[in-house]
Amino acid sequence: MSKRGITLYLHVHQPLRVRDYSVFDTAIDHNYFNEPDPLSDRNNQKVFNKVAEKSYRPMNALLEKLLADHEDFKLSLSITGTFLEQAEKWAPDVIESFQRLVATGRVEIVAETYYHSLAFFYSRTEFERQVEAHKTIIRRLFNVETSVFRNTELAYNDSLAQWADEYGFKGILAEGWDPILDWRSPNFVYRPQGTKNISLLLKNYKLSDDLAFRFSNKAWTEWPLTADKYTEWANSSLEDAPLINLFMDYETFGEHQWQDTGIFDFFEDFVGRWISNPDNTFYTVSDAIEVNQPVGELSMPSTVTWADAERDLTAWLGNSMQKEAMGHLYALEADVLRTEDTQLIDDWRKLQTSDHAYYMCTKWFSDGDVHAYFSPYESPYDAFLYYMNVIRDMRWRLHETHRTGSLNG
Amino acid sequence: MLGWELPPHNSGGLGVACYHLSKALALEGASIDFVVPYSAPHDNINYMKIHSATKLSPLDRYGMGAYESAFAIDSSPGSQAPDVKDIRGVQRHYKKYVERLCDEKTFDAIHAHDWLTMEAGVRAKELTGVPLIVHVHATEFDRAGGNQGNPLVHEIEYQGLIAADRIIAVSNITKNIIIDKYGIPADKIEVMHNAIDTESFNDGYEYDNRTYRYLEGLKDEGYTIISAVTRFTIQKGLEYLVRSVAKASQRYDRIALLLAGDGEQRNELIELASELGISDRVFFTGFVRGKQWRDAYNVSDIFVMSSVSEPFGLTALEAAHHNNALIITKQSGVAEVLDSIFTYNFWDVNRLADQIVGIATSDALRQSLTSNVLNEYAKLSWNDVAAKCMTMYKSTNNIQGKVLA
Repeated sequence: MSKRGITLYLHVHQPLRVRDYSVFDTAIDHNYFNEPDPLSDRNNQKVFNKVAEKSYRPMNALLEKLLADHEDFKLSLSITGTFLEQAEKWAPDVIESFQRLVATGRVEIVAETYYHSLAFFYSRTEFERQVEAHKTIIRRLFNVETSVFRNTELAYNDSLAQWADEYGFKGILAEGWDPILDWRSPNFVYRPQGTKNISLLLKNYKLSDDLAFRFSNKAWTEWPLTADKYTEWANSSLEDAPLINLFMDYETFGEHQWQDTGIFDFFEDFVGRWISNPDNTFYTVSDAIEVNQPVGELSMPSTVTWADAERDLTAWLGNSMQKEAMGHLYALEADVLRTEDTQLIDDWRKLQTSDHAYYMCTKWFSDGDVHAYFSPYESPYDAFLYYMNVIRDMRWRLHETHRTGSLNG
Repeated sequence: MLGWELPPHNSGGLGVACYHLSKALALEGASIDFVVPYSAPHDNINYMKIHSATKLSPLDRYGMGAYESAFAIDSSPGSQAPDVKDIRGVQRHYKKYVERLCDEKTFDAIHAHDWLTMEAGVRAKELTGVPLIVHVHATEFDRAGGNQGNPLVHEIEYQGLIAADRIIAVSNITKNIIIDKYGIPADKIEVMHNAIDTESFNDGYEYDNRTYRYLEGLKDEGYTIISAVTRFTIQKGLEYLVRSVAKASQRYDRIALLLAGDGEQRNELIELASELGISDRVFFTGFVRGKQWRDAYNVSDIFVMSSVSEPFGLTALEAAHHNNALIITKQSGVAEVLDSIFTYNFWDVNRLADQIVGIATSDALRQSLTSNVLNEYAKLSWNDVAAKCMTMYKSTNNIQGKVLA
């Protein structure tokens, strides 16, 4: 029998936040993403440098060390195009450290949309263009091919799996959400309903979220979490199952959970502890699929994401502002692409990044759980106004420069 | 004269009205001491003596909300009055200052504007026996959008109106509120509509079509721009306006709405526009002044005053001066002095939508409204208002004199 494996998958992403773009900028200034105020939370360079210092640099150093220390240690990363662009511009050393990780052959890159978008739900053709654009930049920077797919926010349904199967991916990632799984365990590989060759890996959200959300929460009864305790949980979660999929934001390490919470030391301890058992190992997502055959079919007709108690898209497309903003943006597709204006097309795609819609989310007002959400804006209403002013400026550029589209959308 | 703000440190029409009224009174020969609750230079004013009752900056005073009866203050760092925790604290300082002033100087009339200064006015009358004239630009009833509002503010207004020798109301609407809601006898109240000083617009400003370029682009495509320049509070009835624009755009889609201003209802209005699916035709500017403010009037074709309860509504006259067709609620005082306008009841979303579509689809209608209204507001003059005030001062005192106004 094969070893019991942990599939660690970390998601690396930074959006390009829209600056304080007012009515008075519309139709005059086409710069959306470069906030001049160096102290603003909408200043992308400032945010990037901060997160690089707190998370990307120390975590990559730790990962390099763990890869050197333990030959069984492996992991997978998805890295968005919008992250890579910013890293190339402002922190080339961060790119190089990721390149060193990938060069070990034990760090796999997972495919996704270049722009971290929800294009799958709006335009299949645009979605595929972004998947290809991501493959291209990964090839250029890391010289590898991707073969396993994850969609933005782990937003998954049966038709996405069928698309990925036909597109030639051999694996796809999703949330292992109890109401869908029912009696089944996320610690097995499944076959998405209506597919032929593709395997489905499900996030073990309990163990993943213990790190991603609860690790530093002193009100949590299990705080402080030790490597011993976590290893014990992992063992009891597995029972006779073959693997545990730990999927989370890369920025869990150092940014969501700061260094002083002990997250780095914990992680180093845990990796050593896990591997010290000769029955245990780590898998990349491709390993996990090769070693473990699907145990059955699984269907998710409705979209499931990895966000919130609802595990749906309501954090991005739940309210009328979000629906309107995204609707107006995607309505521009044909006109924008027809221009062949690379700057305009690039701006349009950067506006598709799901974070923009997330910043317009108001649902936590009813939860009273404001602090669970990250936003660089004063309120979701500000985020929406700036974004709509940008949409109108896009229309203006189409209309004035390219004589296409109209100002009324 | 007891006031709360003067340009350029004003947050709305109260300061503008006080400025022009005082100026016209000075021309009539009045000698005016004007008390404001903050310290700031007023380089534009040389026709009266301005007294600062506190060392607070005007920004602190904005936080006190000249127009809201919310009592919290966002005091800026370095504020000079550490014991001033809310608007009541400012009013206490203000009253003390007026008491000292009454010791030092003599006056022939006390002219107090709105609830903010009424207590100080009543106190000055007690100390000096000089007649008190209370000038009502807005009541708590108006600010609360037709509801009862803050009972403490209501009580202060009531005491001030009772103590006043004479009351000036800025419209018949306001006069009726003072009679109906405060039980004041009608013969104590005189209506003096505000005027507009169009001279102040001749300051070298020229419209250059640049500021609202996207809206100008829409106009080139045949769009009609509807605007409101106001605070986003319940008093202003903007929710009805947004709903009405949504209705109107179902029938005629070449319209857009410019909402210039800011206030506690902003988020609600943003959300409402998106629920109605018209976000991309509604433009939120935030608080505007100077050129952006003038340009807002200029880019606009139809100005709507959607107030639930508006004692006067100077902005309508400003908009008319910038060639807007006017649509005004029957609950707004300014409608009493204009004929070439459309009026509607503030809740009547369908009627407003009809009027918007009517003007947007008929150049002839729009042109006759905008050109005829010019003659109507041009007849309103601050000099006439000042002359009426002087007559009132004299009739209460039989002396021509100095005004603590």
